Amino acid sequence: MLQEEEDLSLTIAQIVQKLKGSRLYAQLERQAWVSLQKPEIKLETLKEDIKEFFRITGWEKKLHNAVYSELTVFPLPRHPAAPPEHLKEPLVYMRKAQGSWEKRILKSLNSMCTELSIPLARKRPVVEQKELLNKWNEMGTDEPDLSLFRPVYAPKDFLEKEFFVELSLNTGQLGIDDATQVPPELFENEHVRLGQKVLAEQDSAAAQQYIRQGSPTALRAELWALILNVSNQPEDLLYYEQLKSNVIQHDLLVDSLIYKDVKLTASNDDYYFVFEDYLYQVLLCFSRDTAVLGHFAYNSASPPKSYIRGKLGMEDYAVFYPPNGVIPFHGFSMYVAPLCFLYHEPSKLYQIFREMYVRFFFRLHSISSHHSGIVSLCLLFETLLQTHLPQLFYHLREIGAQPLRISFKWMVRAFSGYLATDQLLLLWDRILGYNSLEILAVLAAAVFAFRAVNLMEVTSLAAAEAVLADLSTLKVMPLLQIFLFATVT
Amino acid sequence: MSKPKNQCSKTHGAPKVKERDQKVCIRFKCTVLNTLMDVLRHRPGWVEVKDEGEWDFYWCDVSWLRENFDHTYMDEHVRISHFRNHYELTRKNYMVKNLKRFRKQLEREVGKLEAAKCDFFPKTFELPSDYHLFVEEFRKTPGITWIMKPVARSQGKGIFLFRKLKDIMDWRKDVGRSDDQKDDIPVENYVAQRYIENPYLIGGRKFDLRVYVLVMSYIPLRAWLYRDGFVRFSNTRFTLSSIDDHYVHLTNVAVQKTSPDYDPEKGCKWMIQRFRQYLTSKHGPEMVETLFRDMDNIFIKSLQSVQKVIISDKHCFELYGYDILIDQDLKPWLLEVNASPSLAASSQEDYQLKTCLLEDTLHIVDMEARLTGKEKRVGGFDLMWNDGPVSREEEGIDTAGTGNFVANTHLGCNNDRKKQLRQLFCSFHSQKKVTS
Repeated sequence: MLQEEEDLSLTIAQIVQKLKGSRLYAQLERQAWVSLQKPEIKLETLKEDIKEFFRITGWEKKLHNAVYSELTVFPLPRHPAAPPEHLKEPLVYMRKAQGSWEKRILKSLNSMCTELSIPLARKRPVVEQKELLNKWNEMGTDEPDLSLFRPVYAPKDFLEKEFFVELSLNTGQLGIDDATQVPPELFENEHVRLGQKVLAEQDSAAAQQYIRQGSPTALRAELWALILNVSNQPEDLLYYEQLKSNVIQHDLLVDSLIYKDVKLTASNDDYYFVFEDYLYQVLLCFSRDTAVLGHFAYNSASPPKSYIRGKLGMEDYAVFYPPNGVIPFHGFSMYVAPLCFLYHEPSKLYQIFREMYVRFFFRLHSISSHHSGIVSLCLLFETLLQTHLPQLFYHLREIGAQPLRISFKWMVRAFSGYLATDQLLLLWDRILGYNSLEILAVLAAAVFAFRAVNLMEVTSLAAAEAVLADLSTLKVMPLLQIFLFATVT
Repeated sequence: MSKPKNQCSKTHGAPKVKERDQKVCIRFKCTVLNTLMDVLRHRPGWVEVKDEGEWDFYWCDVSWLRENFDHTYMDEHVRISHFRNHYELTRKNYMVKNLKRFRKQLEREVGKLEAAKCDFFPKTFELPSDYHLFVEEFRKTPGITWIMKPVARSQGKGIFLFRKLKDIMDWRKDVGRSDDQKDDIPVENYVAQRYIENPYLIGGRKFDLRVYVLVMSYIPLRAWLYRDGFVRFSNTRFTLSSIDDHYVHLTNVAVQKTSPDYDPEKGCKWMIQRFRQYLTSKHGPEMVETLFRDMDNIFIKSLQSVQKVIISDKHCFELYGYDILIDQDLKPWLLEVNASPSLAASSQEDYQLKTCLLEDTLHIVDMEARLTGKEKRVGGFDLMWNDGPVSREEEGIDTAGTGNFVANTHLGCNNDRKKQLRQLFCSFHSQKKVTS
């Protein structure tokens, strides 16, 4: 009992510490001062009156949402003597694996840098800055020569690493017992009404609970913003503008990687090509955003360091590279593309994406033991397949078509670019609702189950891939329901 | 069967007596070599005829129609894919005339409010016949952009934008020296139309909608609306400053294909369903409903305006491709109506759409005589107008009075045509078994 209480007070202390530095704290303080002018606030009952004031004006709700937001990402407190690496990743061999993975990426980046004699970062001449500023809204029209650049890594490179890992983690339970898809008339109207109510209340926790059953199209943008606790304050706009000016002033090597990625993936997608310009506006700014470094506290990965020319090894001259510590890989822009369907204002789109990244997406390309990490997802997928479709599983392995080879790329991209947009958004509703990526592994297994009959007939990896090449006609929710509730073991 | 009228020496065999449950053999003729040919060839019981053979069904092109329709005798069951004088609707100058006349009629007979529903066509003037009227209008609103279009050409050819009268003075001089030597279209047949300067943009790009409307007869007016369609994007970002950049302003796929950064792999089309979802998430369901109702209005009013002019021959049907532009206030504008919408497929998805569209068209034409005539939906087509508005509700429920009329159109909605067709044709099958 005592330990729990200790843990709880530790958590509270840590959250209070975190929030004290936030904008919300300053706002609450200001509001409290302002409220003193009001007649209903009396000196004798100051504390209660101010609390009441906060409740009535909705500020208490905002505080609720902020605390909830912190709790969602905050790892559980460990033993007080545990070193910070423990918080990032408790298992030593996992840390080692992530460490060697990082070395590999950095080596690739550095060699590209040297081969092409392009600096990692350089300041743009004024003329170039002006040009870029003019072109900001239509960067898609730029055709820089990217032929020499290669993506630093692609999901398939990551996969090879996975074969070493033998974990005994088992996270089969998902709690998706209440998922319903494109609902029939009777459910839909009530659900929409409920959704509007949730939005009116502006309660993050309620929204997260609500969205487990999917979000009506018209309410989705607001609901996601509420769950991620993203609001479009003037400070956020300013922050985004600041990032934009960073992009204008300095040119980074990773920019070319971003350009190449967008051109190769999103621009060639039948539905996302239209949003090409938005993708540059988000991703270029993202790479400059040092606030993203905060997530490395609970990410097993570490941001690469770079040294000012000539000062190699001297910590005083070390900077994180890129500024946000995240090196984009082939397909990275697909994390942003579906969001363009919901958000049209660049700074809001940016914030939503950043929040999605630091809560979920980063786990899909770092090696950790977290239950939403890609490693666990792989294990979950294989376990599910083996348990529910043993015949299929062994057949595929016999013919050299390891199921994970095919499903891995789906999971790393959170199915973006593989499913139809409306289906993808329904899937991501559940990611937000359950605050977990496990559903990706389940869906991957469900897809295999759905196409099991055809897969049993194939005799090669290529043929298996062909059967599973096109997921654009799949309806996500029925698949998940059938797999979860109607599968006979 | 069909035969040229002057060949009366030969008598063709008696028209086939078709028992409802006997396998029919339908002879078709078709000159286009694309999706349509695939659909016709795969249709059970349909046989292609070549050259001068007799046919029961002909998907003709308009030039054949112009030359032969008047001297071709057709039996009662024969069907042909165009109305004799479809150009009343599909030629820009005729359409404008008909619409203006219809609008005046509505104003006289019903009132200003109803007439205002015809204001979906940007101000258009025929040149050079209405030149002075045009100049008057031009002077009233200086500085706006106008677009010049040849009345009879397609695929974006010959179109340009202008802001100054001086620009068209130059054009009038140049046109005599046009390098389109083979064109037999006289200089006079152009229209000047007010250019829509505030189009709705997605991702900074301009787009238009292609919607399919099937008309089975004009008197009485029976029209069907297809649920699927697509949105065609311009490949470059929209800006008014580059008037000469054809590629920005014209969204026809044909023009886009010649644009320097056109990448066929890219595909610049969205299915209308995706577009409808995008708008719903941005503007909410009510505004989107209103937009689609306004589009229904465009289809119906435009057909009504030519109802009395088009020769309503019972052999004829026509599949129109409507081009609609949406502006930033979510108001739809009619750009033009195509009598021969392109049936070539630009992608796998496009091929799917057009195949299903054509299959369902043939279901409604119903050479196999399977339908009762009471259907409100066949595959992806919904009956939009049947000598009067068609309601989504079942017959017998009086909704007109309560003002809760909901039109039977589902553009951009879910198209579960396979399921619907199965139900439709299965029920007939069982019905026939009972009655015969």
